[in-house]
Amino acid sequence: MSDLAVRHAAPGATSAKRERSRLRVFLRQRSTVAFLFTLPLILLVGVLVIYPAFYALHLATLNKRMERFVGLSNFTFLFTRETFWMVVRQSCIFAVSAVIFKALIGFTVAHLVHAIPAKGQRKWRGMLLVPWVIPPALSTLTWLWLFDPSYSAFNYVLAGIGIGPVPWTGDALWARVSVILVNIWYGAPFFMIMYLAALKSVPAELYEVAAIDGATFWQRLFYITLPMMRNIIAITTLFSLIVTFANFDIVWILTAGGPIDRTHVFATWAFRLGIQGGDIPLGASVSLVMIPLLAVAAIFILRDVNKRAERM
Amino acid sequence: MAARALGSPVTDTLSDSGTVVGDRRWAVLWAYVFLLVFVAFALMPPIYMLITGLKTSSEISAATNPWWVFNPTLANFTELITSPLFQTFFKNSVLVALLTVVITMLISVPAAFALSRMKFWGSGALATGVFLTYLIPETLLFIPLFKMFATFRDWTGIELLNHWYVLVIVYPTLTVPFCTWIMIGYFASIPKELDEAALIDGASWTQTLLKIFIPVALPGLIAATIFAFTVAWAQFLYPLAFTTSQDQLVLSVGIATTLIKADVFNWGQIMAGALLGAAPPLIIYAFLMDYDVAGLTAGAT
Repeated sequence: MSDLAVRHAAPGATSAKRERSRLRVFLRQRSTVAFLFTLPLILLVGVLVIYPAFYALHLATLNKRMERFVGLSNFTFLFTRETFWMVVRQSCIFAVSAVIFKALIGFTVAHLVHAIPAKGQRKWRGMLLVPWVIPPALSTLTWLWLFDPSYSAFNYVLAGIGIGPVPWTGDALWARVSVILVNIWYGAPFFMIMYLAALKSVPAELYEVAAIDGATFWQRLFYITLPMMRNIIAITTLFSLIVTFANFDIVWILTAGGPIDRTHVFATWAFRLGIQGGDIPLGASVSLVMIPLLAVAAIFILRDVNKRAERM
Repeated sequence: MAARALGSPVTDTLSDSGTVVGDRRWAVLWAYVFLLVFVAFALMPPIYMLITGLKTSSEISAATNPWWVFNPTLANFTELITSPLFQTFFKNSVLVALLTVVITMLISVPAAFALSRMKFWGSGALATGVFLTYLIPETLLFIPLFKMFATFRDWTGIELLNHWYVLVIVYPTLTVPFCTWIMIGYFASIPKELDEAALIDGASWTQTLLKIFIPVALPGLIAATIFAFTVAWAQFLYPLAFTTSQDQLVLSVGIATTLIKADVFNWGQIMAGALLGAAPPLIIYAFLMDYDVAGLTAGAT
């Protein structure tokens, strides 16, 4: 950049004058350089995130062959279909129940890791993080094989204790349970790691004072731990809610939406209709229905993010 | 009376449950027991990958104890490693992931620098906006992007769909927002005196970034790099939607679509493939976990 400008200051000039001219050069440089530095980011987000988001809105108003404007009829068509409402319900059930279990397990495991001597914590944390490191598409394949109708390794164990074969992915109810279970397995480590970091930031003196006052475990949990971790619990939960709600990999590999659409979520159904079924406008409409639900979570997260920005 | 008066403190210190030290020892013991249960749950699928990967098709079809390997063989692994198709998947994955990392860093590091240090009109809104884009899931964008790439071909004649490099174009949308966010956090923690001193000494903004910020924020840079790599390596929806020819597939999709054949007992090879595909991120985490955990938790708090 134009860093040479600074060195061109006349040798005889007073230092105060030089300081002032330098300041002016900085100010002039500053906005140009800042613009150039952020330009790639703005272009990327503009062209590949913001534009497609609005383009989806446009696509959703076209007919199947994308030649005619049909207004909102894609949406009105969706709203009359039984499957659509089932997908809405299933997406919400999946996201909410998976996130609740992920949060509870993550919270419990974080406490357990926090309870053991510090020098062993790293090793345990490493092992507990493994589900989160493996690409979900590949680990879900393993779950599919664990759930295999005729060679299920779980059913082998269950048969050993006299429980009949469980139709893991074959039956509507069990398929839903399986999808949620895999989701919990994949997502709980994220909560664990966040909560563990939060636990470590709670001042130990608080617990010492509580112990002297004779507080029970539950009192310490409700009056110290939870209030101190409130922010991180909120942001982690909301964030996970968005990710789980929009999840594609696990459902697609495990059940592909079956049996008879009983495990379809927004993402998989949009893929089925838009890419596989060739009805791009209808697929776009399905994924757009996610927006209002995502927006609510985003607004809450944004509030927390702004708080952080104020602290900075 | 005397005996009881003497006896009570003795029994108090001897019985484990009655003392603080004893309580703590039991708590730790129980923590280990429960942790063991959770670790077993966490590690079961990767271990089962290995168990099945070591089996022959005939052993799988014989339905012997699925949790034990009676005739271990590396045949599944050697077959995959020598298969040209699997090598293509691996090569595509490596290319896509590495290029994504490079592009991500080139975009997000300067942007984070500008957003954290060069307060300009709209910088605050831009930083928030960047974070918001991270909340727009790929599930929302894959259909319009698919149509956009098709339209792009109609206009320019350049075919992007069904080529691995289309992924290099779209993956940065998944990695850049979060990496920028991590880097903003790291850059903000660098004392202002450091770059003010550099600027007074006549360093340009670019020099300040390259010579001061990047070396000082190296842990953050490593965390962002790992994040970008693992996201690019694990992505499934975009390659599934945008690539179909076998020679253009990446590992995640290649293993899930081409190895599942009519032959039911191909599971040995599928699991071997899954383990090989999971190996690079696992190895990276084994060595660099602390950086990544630090970056992740810094990004959220």
